[in-house]
Amino acid sequence: MLTIKNLKAQINGKPILKGINLEIKAGEVHAIMGPNGSGKSTLASVLAGRDYVEVTNGEVLFMGQNLLELAPEERARMGIFLGFQYPVEIPGVSMVTFMRTAVNEIRKYRNLPQLSASDFLKYMREKKELVEIDTQLTNRSVNEGFSGGEKKKNEIFQMAMLEPKLAILDETDSGLDIDALRIVANGVNKLKRPDNAYLVITHYQRLLDYIVPDVVHVLYDGKIVKTAGKELALELEEKGYDWIKKEFQNL
Amino acid sequence: MNNDEIIQNLTQSDYKYGFTTNVDTETFPKGLNEDIIRRLSAIKQEPEFMLEWRLKAYNYWKQMEMPLWAHLKIPPIDYQDIIYYAAPKTVVAHNSLDEIDPELKKTFDKLGIPLEEQKQLSGVAVDAVMDSVSIKTTFKETLANLGIIFCSMSEAIREHPDLIKKYLGSVVPYTDNFFAALNSAVFSDGSFVYIPKGVRCPMELSTYFRINARNTGQFERTLIIADEDSYVSYLEGCTAPIRDENQLHAAVVELIALRNAEIKYSTVQNWYPGDKNGKGGIYNFVTKRGICKEENSKISWTQVETGSAITWKYPSCILKGDHSVGEFYSVAVTNNYQQADTGTKMIHIGKNTRSRIVSKGISAGNSQNSYRGLVKIMKNAENARNFTQCDSMLLSDRCGAHTFPYIEIDNPTAIAEHEATTSRIGEDQIFYCNQRGISTEDAVGLIVNGYAREVLNQLPMEFAVEAQKLLQITLEKSVG
Amino acid sequence: MTTTVFQQLAIDNIKSVFEQQFDDLINEPEWLRQQRKQAFQLFLEAGFPTRKNEAYKYTSLEQHFSGKFTYLSHALCEKINIEEVFNCDVPSLDTHLIILVNGWYYASPNQELLKQTPEGIIFGSLREAIKQHPAIVQQHLKTYFSSLASSLDYINMALMQDGLLVYIPQHAKLDKPIQVINLVVAEEAVQIYPRHLIVSESSNVVQILFCDHSLNASPFLMNGTMDIYLKDFAKVDFYRIQNAHNHSIQITNNHIYQSAHSVFKSVYVTLHGGTVRNNIYVHMNGEYSKNSMYGLWLADKNQHVDYFTHVNHNVPNAESNQFFKGILDDEATGIFSGNIYVDKNAQKTNAYQSNKNLIISQNARVRSKPQLEIYADDVKCSHGSATGKLNDDAMFYLRSRGISHKESCQLLMFAFASDITKEIEIEPLKAEIEGLVDKRLRGELSRCNRCSISCS
Repeated sequence: MLTIKNLKAQINGKPILKGINLEIKAGEVHAIMGPNGSGKSTLASVLAGRDYVEVTNGEVLFMGQNLLELAPEERARMGIFLGFQYPVEIPGVSMVTFMRTAVNEIRKYRNLPQLSASDFLKYMREKKELVEIDTQLTNRSVNEGFSGGEKKKNEIFQMAMLEPKLAILDETDSGLDIDALRIVANGVNKLKRPDNAYLVITHYQRLLDYIVPDVVHVLYDGKIVKTAGKELALELEEKGYDWIKKEFQNL
Repeated sequence: MNNDEIIQNLTQSDYKYGFTTNVDTETFPKGLNEDIIRRLSAIKQEPEFMLEWRLKAYNYWKQMEMPLWAHLKIPPIDYQDIIYYAAPKTVVAHNSLDEIDPELKKTFDKLGIPLEEQKQLSGVAVDAVMDSVSIKTTFKETLANLGIIFCSMSEAIREHPDLIKKYLGSVVPYTDNFFAALNSAVFSDGSFVYIPKGVRCPMELSTYFRINARNTGQFERTLIIADEDSYVSYLEGCTAPIRDENQLHAAVVELIALRNAEIKYSTVQNWYPGDKNGKGGIYNFVTKRGICKEENSKISWTQVETGSAITWKYPSCILKGDHSVGEFYSVAVTNNYQQADTGTKMIHIGKNTRSRIVSKGISAGNSQNSYRGLVKIMKNAENARNFTQCDSMLLSDRCGAHTFPYIEIDNPTAIAEHEATTSRIGEDQIFYCNQRGISTEDAVGLIVNGYAREVLNQLPMEFAVEAQKLLQITLEKSVG
Repeated sequence: MTTTVFQQLAIDNIKSVFEQQFDDLINEPEWLRQQRKQAFQLFLEAGFPTRKNEAYKYTSLEQHFSGKFTYLSHALCEKINIEEVFNCDVPSLDTHLIILVNGWYYASPNQELLKQTPEGIIFGSLREAIKQHPAIVQQHLKTYFSSLASSLDYINMALMQDGLLVYIPQHAKLDKPIQVINLVVAEEAVQIYPRHLIVSESSNVVQILFCDHSLNASPFLMNGTMDIYLKDFAKVDFYRIQNAHNHSIQITNNHIYQSAHSVFKSVYVTLHGGTVRNNIYVHMNGEYSKNSMYGLWLADKNQHVDYFTHVNHNVPNAESNQFFKGILDDEATGIFSGNIYVDKNAQKTNAYQSNKNLIISQNARVRSKPQLEIYADDVKCSHGSATGKLNDDAMFYLRSRGISHKESCQLLMFAFASDITKEIEIEPLKAEIEGLVDKRLRGELSRCNRCSISCS
């Protein structure tokens, strides 16, 4: 589904990603772990198409298409979803307007008919129940005045609404208490299907107790330095990142 | 004593620099005409081009009218009743310390500006100017070894005419405004700084301006050029004796920063503010402007304005080079019957230019304190950014605090933000301090200093403490 | 000060109109004739403002007054059937509808010029009210004595035609909003001088809605003055929708006088207009009075929209809030000058002012002048101004959900505007205005669709 080959990227002239290789297949859950500043969020930004990150080398293929030449909205319509680490507040734009516009744009791309207002509300209700999001939140402006946990739940709700092929969850667990974490993880698990995939970016192992990965990668200094099964996450939890740092900083 | 009374007492302070120096002074007769300008130019041994320039400025000035748009009440000024040149007679060859009149040395000692290099704060070179002449410039040789020129303006005109021809009036032309024209015609001294390519000036450069003679105006002119990849931090201080009549100070400062250069210009302005009934004091009508001429250059103005009866002053930045940066940090305190109309202009011309304005006004007594600022983002200034924070604090119910920003944006990628607040010292803040054992006097000092902190932090270390004390003194009557 | 050519032309033009008209005014009561004379004299003394005048730094009006426009000394409405031509009412909006044509009150054959309810509410033609209720009008029609009145007020007083009068006595309650359709329809280019007076003594909210429209594309110049008096405890909601064509010059001078405990709320929406200058002067003359002002302008092409506010806090304990927002496209210019003045007696004043602008094209321009003039220490006064583009993070967030660049812009611009439109408290009107704003931002014809005249 997603193939990343020797991806290098920089921000304001400073190299952040220094040659990433990654292959994600349908039905898989990949986790990317790593210490702060290793480039995890930059990778997510590159995949979603943020323009402040400049790709200097390599290629990213998604469903056989060159992802890097597409606008962010085109990527989204193809099925890439980014769960933001810090979802932005957009005062004055109601959640309903926002989601209806997004859902219909994506349906248009998929050659599906537009949803009528009542069908849309029904659809939204179903998804809200699925991810256990409070009805109140959808009556407000996008993320405005939401608590940290509410923002993250809102991201999962949007993921449910948009039914992406590849969901990239950037530090979705940060700032969540254990109950919110469970809700978020349950949402993800319910939405898991053989034809979609997840890339879960996290600093800590605890989210991976709930969303069990097939593959765990360790990102350090802009490169994937270790790839293994889910047991790697436990090992990192136990030993921290220092041993990785020690092992690789002399290279 | 209730809080209001304490604040009132605190704000009735005495001016500590009000003494007079008794030296014989050579002065021109009162009044302004072409002859006076010729005499001035001759006494300064200036090249012909300077005299021509001065005369052009004078003739231009004659057709101009004093600007009246500021939020100031300026009594009529008789420009023929001012002495345009006054110099202590003993200043002849002022390069050797031994030849300086002990009386002058004493004066500067008293002001805390010793002229002996070994006595000075380490890392500060001083140009000391009294009335119309420079008395002494310290550390000249040390600096010269690095190729840095730091001397009086008179000397620069004689010794470095090429640089003067190229840059004098290039940022503030004599046509700029009434006071700039007047200054161009009659300026008598000031400082000149040139930092060569790639040199980081190892010490603070500073000029100390002192008005001493009666009935004179002071018209200093400062020019600072920072060549490519250079850095300089410059500080000016000013004081004057207590006199019942008003005296005019009309200075012009020009800064030029070339590629990758940075100029940091700090002012602690403490001209005599007049007495508590508003009698006397300096009229401080100053034009200060810098140009970030080339890319990645930076000009930063910091001012602590506590003195002068009337202040009319807008240190500005023309951000011409791409990626250039302009900053303006200001604390302006007015007390008794002082009036201040001060602020800045940030003119964004180049791409990705940035500016930041932080202005803190403090009004006490019957004073009027205005911030006036222009942020202009021109059509081609892609991605220009400005942030302005403009706060006023009122310490009495008879004073005024005003904010007059002008924001002009001609580019869609620009972002300009302006915020302004007005406040007083809250009873609850004072009570909180009292409850922690701090006296009300100290609490007011603390709160005012806290309020001005963001600006004071911009001053070079050596002067931050001085400035903080000065703030306190301006608002303080020695309590207990 | 030297007088420019245009300035002199403007003065001469006004002078000649005044001299021609004055003799025709013999039917007016003597006090009004005197008042006109005095106002005209004041105008001659003050002169015509130019860019040298701080208040007109960014807008010159003198060339518009220099003689291209005809003054109509009578209503021209017999020529047209207004109801037929104009079909622009908001569905399900139930109002007392009042129509002004070219500055003159228009009454259909079976309609009276002035209505009076059993409770004593009077509304209708100002000119008729001068005849029937001279006392009420006379004591309030004196803006030109106000400290903030400008030359434009003097001109209006000297040349005023007709307009709206609303008088609400104590305890009275108006059953529904008053809606004024201010139409300009003339074959030739006209200059019009409407004059409105609203006085409320009642603590019941009165809602007044002004819609400015033009029915054909002839250029016109309007210089209207409105005085709104809120007596103790009075509550007035005022809405003004400006939607005239792009060859118009619309100047409104609004003076609001607030007594103790009064509450005034106003929302201005400028959708179209060639040159628009709205002067809003607020006099906080009573303690515990509250004023909230909202303004929104959406300008494109060569439009020039200038909002000028001046809030005078003359007494303690009053509160004022100003929120003004502009979206500027094409070569349009948007200007906001706001002044909060706090007198030394006005302790415990609470005053806020905000101006935000979005520039969405390379050649649009913004001028913002948010000013504070404060002479009392125990006050809370602040202002903010922000001009820029749409927020990058918000744009990316929307696009990352599959929403196109264009649609994301649209959503964010609408959200920006809805801060103001949400303040409209008449629901059907709010819905209509939001619809208009949405269309306007999409570049679609935002003038009422059912209007038979379509002008660009």
